Amino acid sequence: MSQELLDLIVNKVHTLHGKETIEEPVLNFGKPMIVLDSGNWDLATAKLLHDDEALQFDFLSCVTGVDYEEHMEVIYNFYSTILDHYVYVKIKTSREEPTVMSAEPVWKSADYMERETYDLLGIDFPGHWRLKRILLQDDWEGHPLRKDYITDKKALGLD
Amino acid sequence: MELKGFQESEKYDPRVLEDIKKNVFFTKLDQLKAWSRTRSFWPLSFGLACCAIEMMGTGGSRYDFDRFGVIFRASPRHADVMIVAGTVTSKMSPVLRTLYDQMPEPKWVIAMGSCATCGGPYKEAYSVLNGVDKIVPVDVYVSGCPPTPPALLDGVDKLREKIRLEAKGERVTEG
Repeated sequence: MSQELLDLIVNKVHTLHGKETIEEPVLNFGKPMIVLDSGNWDLATAKLLHDDEALQFDFLSCVTGVDYEEHMEVIYNFYSTILDHYVYVKIKTSREEPTVMSAEPVWKSADYMERETYDLLGIDFPGHWRLKRILLQDDWEGHPLRKDYITDKKALGLD
Repeated sequence: MELKGFQESEKYDPRVLEDIKKNVFFTKLDQLKAWSRTRSFWPLSFGLACCAIEMMGTGGSRYDFDRFGVIFRASPRHADVMIVAGTVTSKMSPVLRTLYDQMPEPKWVIAMGSCATCGGPYKEAYSVLNGVDKIVPVDVYVSGCPPTPPALLDGVDKLREKIRLEAKGERVTEG
């Protein structure tokens, strides 16, 4: 069931963008997962996942960012409330200029979660309607969940 | 007849002395006040993390805080003890200070668990205050992550001891 869904997603994305768009289609704990480069993640792909008859991923349940010292990743967890299936989309981006297209125009729940990812990891989301800090103070310097962030608790007045 | 605190006891009526021996004891007003305070702590429930669950467990029927006169209050104006149970973040710290300032004198603070004591597992985190003693004076530190209800009961008992000794005029620095 999951393998067929994974093949279906891979086929649909490949017909949209041509082969080699998806770097790695795998099953992650029995659920389909695709790994994309940020250059291949665009509004057409997002709309395909959201609107396609056989996919209908209408619910974005979680957005996370990860800093792997050589690159960065944003992970979108999608669910279809109509067809009851899941997909995880991992989008790789460079560490120097981390940029991932915002999913906010398609899934409104991406709004706060992308703001959080921006706040803590400094990943830019072009297309987001109001990308500013959500958890930390507006005048905070740096992005604390990055691997190279140096926490100076004395300077922050916490030690 | 020897009575503590009485010189020239032969000048008193022997019946009065007998009564004093049987029924009366003398204390300083400070010690009396301290005694009454130690028998009815009203803590401000300041539950911030998993320590709050243990604090609630201590208040529940199994460990029963009420039998020590410890009754949780929801308002700082009713409270005289603040049990800081959990992780104090940088955004929470001004709130904690305000609530402490709103408590009427006399007031005490118990730092419950390693987060409130020194930052605990979040010692290197960017958002956590390394110990609540950076912003309010702490009387008793309870160790544990989170401390068990008996540990908290012991902490309350330590505070009781401290108040009692301080009313006698002793300076308590360690327990």
